[in-house]
Amino acid sequence: MNDIPKLGLKVKQITPLCQLQDLGRFGYQNYGVTHCGAIDPYLLRVANILIGNPQGMACLEFTLAGGEFICTAHSLRISFAGDFPVSINGISKDSFCSLHLKEGDCLHIGSVSKNIRGYLAVAGGFCGKKELGSYSSHTRSGLGSFAKPTKVGSTLPTNESFAPIGREHFFSFALRRKRRGGIRVVLGPQESNFTEKAIKDFFTKPFSIAQNSDRMGYRLEGNIIEHAGDGNIISDPVVPGSIQVPAVGNPVVLMADCPTTGGYPKIGTIISVDRGVLAQIGPGSEVAFEPISVEDAQMLRREEEKFFRSLSLRLDRY
Amino acid sequence: MLESDRLQIKMMQDNSENYPRLVPVGDSALLVEFENRIAESINVRVLNLKKKIDAVAIRGVVETVSSYRSLLIHYNCLAISLTDLVGLVEPWASDVSSSKAVERTWKIPVCYEGEAAVDLEDVARLHDLTTEEVIRLHRESVYRVYMVGFAPGWCYLGGLDPKLHTPRLKSPRLKVPAGCISIGGQQGMIGAQPMPSGWRLLGQTPIKTYVSDRTPPFFISAGDYIEFYRIDRNEFLALDRAVEKGDLVAEEVIFNE
Repeated sequence: MNDIPKLGLKVKQITPLCQLQDLGRFGYQNYGVTHCGAIDPYLLRVANILIGNPQGMACLEFTLAGGEFICTAHSLRISFAGDFPVSINGISKDSFCSLHLKEGDCLHIGSVSKNIRGYLAVAGGFCGKKELGSYSSHTRSGLGSFAKPTKVGSTLPTNESFAPIGREHFFSFALRRKRRGGIRVVLGPQESNFTEKAIKDFFTKPFSIAQNSDRMGYRLEGNIIEHAGDGNIISDPVVPGSIQVPAVGNPVVLMADCPTTGGYPKIGTIISVDRGVLAQIGPGSEVAFEPISVEDAQMLRREEEKFFRSLSLRLDRY
Repeated sequence: MLESDRLQIKMMQDNSENYPRLVPVGDSALLVEFENRIAESINVRVLNLKKKIDAVAIRGVVETVSSYRSLLIHYNCLAISLTDLVGLVEPWASDVSSSKAVERTWKIPVCYEGEAAVDLEDVARLHDLTTEEVIRLHRESVYRVYMVGFAPGWCYLGGLDPKLHTPRLKSPRLKVPAGCISIGGQQGMIGAQPMPSGWRLLGQTPIKTYVSDRTPPFFISAGDYIEFYRIDRNEFLALDRAVEKGDLVAEEVIFNE
């Protein structure tokens, strides 16, 4: 632990919601370890691609509020993906950008009220603590180096501290997801625990996202989803995107930090490419759902992969 | 026929109790369900199927997660199609043996005193027992670990004496102590880190079922057996210090075979 470099980004201002995340922790769910990882994996991958990192490298995830950081390394290449206002030494930059920081530069990331997640990547990666195969932070189980809130005055060390001078690039035109419409859901696995009316209601009525929603789960309000039975099942595995309906009838969408098992029937599962889209919608906002088949969901997943490949190729020219 | 139609038909067979049934969970997981009840023979089949799939190491299968009566297979749809996965797993699921593998039993010390035993008196009162009788009934059973889930290292136990079956609290506590030993409904639980829980707290173990930088980080697996033995406050503190130093995992192991 002694060779962790001290250079990187010194924290002047930060919130506990700012955490180091990668694409998640795999292989330990059978022991109760949450999947964790970026709540919007799409944007994390975009941030990494923008500076030529491997797509799954750990980034700083911001929710609603940003922070302020001083570059203590000789120079760093960084990128930001998200709609947060970004400035360096008081000069505004476009979000979805790759930027050059030199020692003493002040990086400021502002706050947002919609599109509430953003990712800061640094070329070569942050120097975090890998636990159970992942750099992802999980407060509840104390996993990852950001499991405890980062203190003002501490330094987020980076693996590299000398970045060759590079131009700044802005990409926002190509990188925002443009689709309008409901969050897409594959029905099941316990749809038979709900009445026909409940399933129809779920896909036709809008919900609002409750204030006490977080990285573990989004609580949905506004409509009650009727159970056909008593609202209990024998506890079984859940995934990020599982839509559980407790006995009271208010659905809970499980997010990145979800437990590994649950005892409530699940009416559906949010498809992979829409998990991050939902994560961008904040508490208090409305959300609606629409059904999709497994095949179509998997086709969208392949298309997204193609998009990432072509994005990497395009950026290689810079 | 579309994959979803085929699977839809499988789902309808649910009514005819035609298990095992394979159900897609979103676009990246497949659930294999055995009979809809809690029984050791069913859980054994779940674990045997898991062992088979893990051993074969199917390309595109990311990980498998077992629970009481079902196995969830996480897969990467870019590497394997749902049809191919179902084609591979279905025959294994139908044929999976219900004979038990090698059994392991862990002896877990429990201190039935103090803050972590806060529900002991209520449980005794609810069942018209003394607290000593509750403790005796709790530690005289041999438990099977049906599932490790919820949070890292939390062990769900079957085998609780029916005299101790107790409904969970109406409103969960926001935080229960590390290593809490609790009961809920007909199940027992070994807790790990402080978490919210609505189960009834009977005591606390100094044993850590999970330490991230220990090798291995977890030592209790689904399918293992648990026996509890009683320790007092001083023994608890002594063991707790030993665990903190890292020199005690759970040496109290019996291998039955």
